[in-house]
Amino acid sequence: MTPANSRLPEILKRRESEILERWIKEQLRAATQRRDLLPEPQLREQSREFLSLVAEAAGKGSLTSLDGPAWESVRDLLGDLSRSRASQGFTPTETAIFVFSLKQPLFDVLRQEAGGQTEALADDVWSANTVLDRLGLYTTELFQKGREELIARQHQEMLELSTPVVKLWEGVLALPMIGTLDSARTQVVMESLLQRIVETGAEVAIIDITGVPTVDTLVAQHLLKTITAARLMGAECIISGIRPQIAATIVHLGVDLSAVITKATLADAFQVALGRVGLVVQRAPARS
Amino acid sequence: MERIPILKMGELLLVTIQVDMHDQLAMTLQDDLTEKISRTGARGVLIDISAVEVVDSFIGRMIANIAAMARILDAQTVLVGMQPAVAITLVELGLTLPGVRTALNVERGMALLRAEVQPTRVGLGEADGDAEG
Repeated sequence: MTPANSRLPEILKRRESEILERWIKEQLRAATQRRDLLPEPQLREQSREFLSLVAEAAGKGSLTSLDGPAWESVRDLLGDLSRSRASQGFTPTETAIFVFSLKQPLFDVLRQEAGGQTEALADDVWSANTVLDRLGLYTTELFQKGREELIARQHQEMLELSTPVVKLWEGVLALPMIGTLDSARTQVVMESLLQRIVETGAEVAIIDITGVPTVDTLVAQHLLKTITAARLMGAECIISGIRPQIAATIVHLGVDLSAVITKATLADAFQVALGRVGLVVQRAPARS
Repeated sequence: MERIPILKMGELLLVTIQVDMHDQLAMTLQDDLTEKISRTGARGVLIDISAVEVVDSFIGRMIANIAAMARILDAQTVLVGMQPAVAITLVELGLTLPGVRTALNVERGMALLRAEVQPTRVGLGEADGDAEG
């Protein structure tokens, strides 16, 4: 590191309050500032804390890498900041601009400090630029990570929610499928259905695909696998809820469902299922 | 040598597999069973695999073979009590055991076998009627 680089922490410390004033003024003037979401006192507080932590970390740690323990408090602060801003409805750009907007006031001060020495100024600006870029990108990265965690959690919840196996009658199970079927989901569906067949000793299972938006060869193959596995265990499967478009798709794709009982509605399938377990539904005699 | 017992109940044979199947055991079972069917003239075979937790492609094929051989010897085979994990494994292996009757437990399997076997006993001379049904 050149000696010129080491001037940055010292300048930051000495002129901290001045930089802070300019920075806040800059942020308040900027078009991206969301006064509706973040009141001025709070912005002032966040900016002050961030700047003092950066000044401290720059004095202690390296300016080329933010991974060291010296920058830990800055990382924590940015983490809290981007999380709270994300939940307040800020975009990642607006959060990153919070950091990037520090550049102009900082560079101004650096220019004053440098006097006429262009070389020293260039070095200072370069190291300040590197640090702020990294910090700004760090907020974006955190934002992204938060979103990914959210998506993964929702995906998991959806997987668990969407595969209920319900008992319709003694010996009759129903499996209302909702949403697209992929390999991972079919596996879960198949396991829970087979498990319930063992638990309840059901002879007939109705797979209702009213909520499945499209049936392609892969989905049909998954369905057939489930049905075959249930048959191997000694239970019969009926597919119901086949919409006309899906029936057309199945025929066009050449999927062979001839070995499976298929019904248009769940009610029809239930009727067949009751017949299989030896029951009939009768209208109650009219009361006189 | 380890063997799987084959019990005779009237016209039916009852095989309960209580140990983990290995290849030699399956081969022995196949030989014993076919031998016993032809000797006793059994009309139905019930294989209880509720205690079997693991199968591989060989065992799966042996089960299919046993059922097919029994059918040639004019005995219906019903496979009962397959565990979910076993069923999933067989399906993933592509062994869907076509032509093998299945039931959830021994009781249902017995009922199924009796219903299958009874009519053919009445019409002993009609081998064609069986093939159609």
